[in-house]
This record gives sequence, structure tokens and C-alpha cells, in this order.
Amino acid sequence: MIKTGKIDQDQIRKFFLGSKDQEGFLKQLIVYALLICIGFVYLYPLLYMISNSFMNLDDLLDTSINWIPSTLAIGNYIQAAGSMNFFVAFLKSIIIAGVPTLLNVVIGAIVGYGFGRFEFKGKKIMMAILIFSFILPSQITMMPTYVLYSDLKILGSLKAFIYPSLLGQGINAPIFILIFYQFFKQVPKVLLEAAQIDGAGYFKSFLRISVPSAAPAILTVFLFSFVWYWNESYLTELYVCGLFTETSWTTLVVELKNFAENFNAYQTTGKAATNINESIRMAGTMLSILPVLLMYFVLQRYFVESIDRTGITGE
Amino acid sequence: MSKEKKVKKPRISAGKLARREAMAGYLFVLPWMIGVVIFLLRPLFTSFQFSLNNIRITPKGRMFNFVGYQNYTQIWLEDPEFPVELMGYMWSTLLSVPVIVVFALIIAMLLNGKIHMKGFFRLIFFLPVIIVSGPVMNMLVADGAATIPSMDIQAISTALDQFLPHSLVESISELFNNMIMILWYSGVQILIFLSALQKIDGSLYEAAKIDGGSGWECFWKITLPTIKPMVLLNAVYTVIFLSNHGNNAIIGMIQNSMFSGTKEKGYGYAAAMAWIYSLVVTLIVLLFAFLLAGRKDIYERQVIKVKRAKKKEIQMVKKIERRGKANAKKIQKARLRKKYRSYDKNRED
Repeated sequence: MIKTGKIDQDQIRKFFLGSKDQEGFLKQLIVYALLICIGFVYLYPLLYMISNSFMNLDDLLDTSINWIPSTLAIGNYIQAAGSMNFFVAFLKSIIIAGVPTLLNVVIGAIVGYGFGRFEFKGKKIMMAILIFSFILPSQITMMPTYVLYSDLKILGSLKAFIYPSLLGQGINAPIFILIFYQFFKQVPKVLLEAAQIDGAGYFKSFLRISVPSAAPAILTVFLFSFVWYWNESYLTELYVCGLFTETSWTTLVVELKNFAENFNAYQTTGKAATNINESIRMAGTMLSILPVLLMYFVLQRYFVESIDRTGITGE
Repeated sequence: MSKEKKVKKPRISAGKLARREAMAGYLFVLPWMIGVVIFLLRPLFTSFQFSLNNIRITPKGRMFNFVGYQNYTQIWLEDPEFPVELMGYMWSTLLSVPVIVVFALIIAMLLNGKIHMKGFFRLIFFLPVIIVSGPVMNMLVADGAATIPSMDIQAISTALDQFLPHSLVESISELFNNMIMILWYSGVQILIFLSALQKIDGSLYEAAKIDGGSGWECFWKITLPTIKPMVLLNAVYTVIFLSNHGNNAIIGMIQNSMFSGTKEKGYGYAAAMAWIYSLVVTLIVLLFAFLLAGRKDIYERQVIKVKRAKKKEIQMVKKIERRGKANAKKIQKARLRKKYRSYDKNRED
């Protein structure tokens, strides 16, 4: 009797506290509890946003309703979309984010290949400048660049984003160049030499051998560049949308930035039924992030595994 | 490094192939090089020039009026907001960077264990990276979605106010106020840590376990030293992210003064602001780099010590050899002169 009791005790202890080679139940419980708590905190703003965006005014004022609205007030979304001019802004956002992104990928690959594949004088200094240009706050070069653009008369057009990314100076371009650099360094040189012996020039071996093998890096750069351009409101407003010059360019995020004004203007035209309230603002916020959110859930594997693939952390 | 220096590479001028390869390299990097000149070096120079001038925009164009360092003194002595904001930015960055990095490390450690639904958790923790943008954040903060609901911030700040300077307390309470935002900024960092942790050799932990090391010891003696470069990388990344983020009050301030029509402000004033701001950011980056990269662990120090001792020994041996050779030469000469003298006598001369 006593003996079996002791064994039971031991087993129970082992089960809860774990041994050297197996983690205890208690420890796992704590880990899961922590992860779920922090995960909830992470999602809290998003959940809050979703639930609030479906509330009508009565629900908002009713203190007994915290999370689940009594009715699904789709009207919030319709009004927000109307004031943001959703479909036009959506298409323009895609163009504004997409075109510089494509250029970023192409130029990033070319420059990254140059750094990763070839040895030349001054390479180390150039890499240092590359990292320096990432650390430097962009505000310091913003004013002269703004002046340059206004002299070139490309303010308020997409060219203000195209030219820098064409020259490898787009938003966060140093990161993308470094990602490609890391990647192309790992392409075995033997392959390229073999291609050269078979008569391929430098550019051909780049296109035919290195680029196809760099598909993960290309995807990573594309996704991140797209998301970053999509979320950029400050530079977009300054350069492309034109802070003072009237242009037709706009993005969802910029519309969101000036949401209150837009909504007031929309209201005076008599289309909106209510004043601006929390729900409508949340609906507008939701609309502006919905496209990237969908993209994230569809392509989440590529986003999450991107950092593993790019080899930032070394092999 | 020292070893590399000692071995002198034989200087051979580059061959035809090497020269051609270098040319191709330049060709590939050329677009970026042009970009650096146009969008980095030239603006850097021009903005410094701007900051020394008072610039007014007239219908005829920009009017430059050289004022020297007046813009800078004006910012520090007369501007009611900028120095205060700058101090606030400094405090909040210095406080939130360690919080973000440590938090990211903890999450990464949790995720690195044997856990079901790892992918799902990674999905959640990386989600903010996708949607974090200035206006979205502003909306969320304005509606109070950024605070953890049941946290009494007022109590914390009044308690801290008694023994800490006020500006510091303000930043701390702000940190608590926007706790979720702080957590949201750590998405990329978590993934960097996670992928670094997964690359640590498992046999190291096994060996430590056999020697009786606890998990705590394993963390401090194996995990942390191995991922130390990643800690630095993440700290620097966080500083840069925070300082370039759209929610930053200083960025808005620079933009406002850039387009303000008043006499004193304008491009020149804004350029001076930007220079001060960049200097502060660079200083913070350097501070973290110094704190995290400067210290070497015991093993590295030991290695350096041994290397130094070895170097000394080699020098000693060489010295002896050299003297021996010189002496041998002298004896040789003496022999040639057919004067057979002993080594000792030679020395007396």
C-alpha cells in the first residue's frame, strides 16, 4: 500500500513539475497561459476596432454593451467608404504602392547582386554608406529633396516615388538591398562560372541563374515593400498627393489621416445621415487596413518565414 | 584582425579577368551609386547649407539670407516646444527600446519551446507589422484602444512621482498608457530573435544539462551570448523604427516649421531642427551600440590575453634570432679576416 502510494506521488510530481527530459504540465500550462494572454493583448485593438465598427449610436452609448453589438450596423462602413471615396482611393493606393515596389525589387536585386557577386575597390565603404543611409533619419534629407522635386516639377505625381526607387533610394531600400546581398552571396560561384564558360555574359548569368534561385528573396522584398509603401502616409502626402498642390492622387491611409475633414465635407453634401462618431471612425480605419490584412492572411506563410529565409540572422 | 594584417598579401596587380569583374560590379551597383549622390550626399550637404540660412519663399524664388548658427541658437533658446519634445522623445526611446527588446526576447523564448500551434502564435505576433501605420495608430490611440483595459496608470505615476524627476515619470506613464502600441512595435524583433534561437546548436544545451546546468544558467551562459549580435541588431532597429515612425511628434514639428510662413521659420529653421534631431538619434544608436557591443565576455578576454602573450613570445624569439644572426655575421667576418677570436672577446670589442 505504502509503496504504491509513493510511486503515485512521484508520478504526480513528475507530471506537474517535469523531469530533466520532459517538460512538466505546470510549466506548459504557464507558457500557454502567457502566450494566450499576450496574444489577446496583441489582438485587443483589432478586436475592439472590429466590434466597435459594427455598433450603431445606441450601442455606443449603452454601457451594458461592451463587445457584441446588438445589430450589425453595416451603415457605418457604407458611410466611411463613401467619405473616403473608397474604390478610387483603393485603386490609387495599389498603384502608389505597387509601382515603386516593383522598381524596388528590380533595382534591389541588381544592386544586391553587384554587392554580393563581385569584388571591387571601395566595396566596404559602399556597404558602410548603405547602412548609414538606413540609420540616418529621413527628415534630414527631406527638405532638399522636396526642393529638388519642386524644381523638377514632379511634385504631386507618381514620379516623385518612381525616381528614387529607380535609383535604389526608395523607402527602406537599404534593407532590401541587404536582403538580396545576403541571398546572392549564397549562390554557389561554381554555377556562375560554369555558365560563363558556356558563354553567358554577366547579365545573362544574373538573369538566368541567380534570379530564379532568389525567388524567396524576391517575394519577401515584394511583400514588405508593398506593405511599407501602403502604410506610408507622411511621404506619400508630401510628395505624391501634394500637400499644397492639388492632385488627384490619394491613398486610403492618407484619406484616413484626414478622415474628420473628409467626413465633414461628405456630410455637407447631404449624403451622410449622422455626425461622425467612434463607430464610423473605426469602420474607416478597418477599411484602410483591410486590403493588407487580407493579403497577410492569404500569404501569411511567406511573411512569417521571410526572416528565416533572408538569412539576416546568419547561417 | 591582427593575424590578417601580419600576413602580407603579395601585391599583384589585378589581372584582366579580375578587372573585368570589378567593372561589371561597378556597373551593377551604378544605379545605387547615382542614387546615393543625388538623394543622400547632395541633400545632406544642402540641408546643412539650409540650416545656416534664413530662407524665405518669394514669388521670384527662394531667398537665401546667411545667418550662421542663428537658427540653432533660436531653436534652443526661443522655441517653446522643440527642446521639450526632444527631451521627451529621448526619454521615451531610451525607456521603450529595452522594454521592446526584452519583451521580444521573452516571446521568442516562449515560442521556441515545444508548443502546439506555433504557426498560429507567430501569425498573431507578426500581424501588427502589417497594419502599423501612423494614421491607424492615431485612430486607435485616440479611441483608447491602445491601453490595457484594467491597468491603473494614474496610481503608478503618482507613486513614481515621489522619487523620480517629473519628465521621466511622464515618459514612464506614457509607456504604460500605450503599452499595446509598444508591444505592437516588436513584431519584427520577435521573428529575428526566434530565427536566431532556432539556429543555436541543440547539443550545447544537452552538454550543459549533462553537466548539471539549470535552465536559468543555460539562458545566461549559452542563449544570451549566442544571440548577442541579434540583441544589438534589434535595439538599433527599434531606435530607427521609433524615430522614423509617423506618430513621432518631432517629425510633425519639422514639417510644420518647414511650411510655416512666419519670418523666422521656414526651410532653414526646419533643416536646423532636422540636424539636431538626427544628431540625437545617432547618439542614441551609438549609445546602444556601445552598451551592447562594447563588452566582451570572459572567454573572449581570455583569448585576447593568450594571443597577446603569444605575440610577445614570438617577438622575443625573433629578437633572439636577430641578435644571434648579427653575432654570427660578426664571427663570420672575423673568420674571413682570419682572426680567430672567441665570441666573448668579440663582445668586449
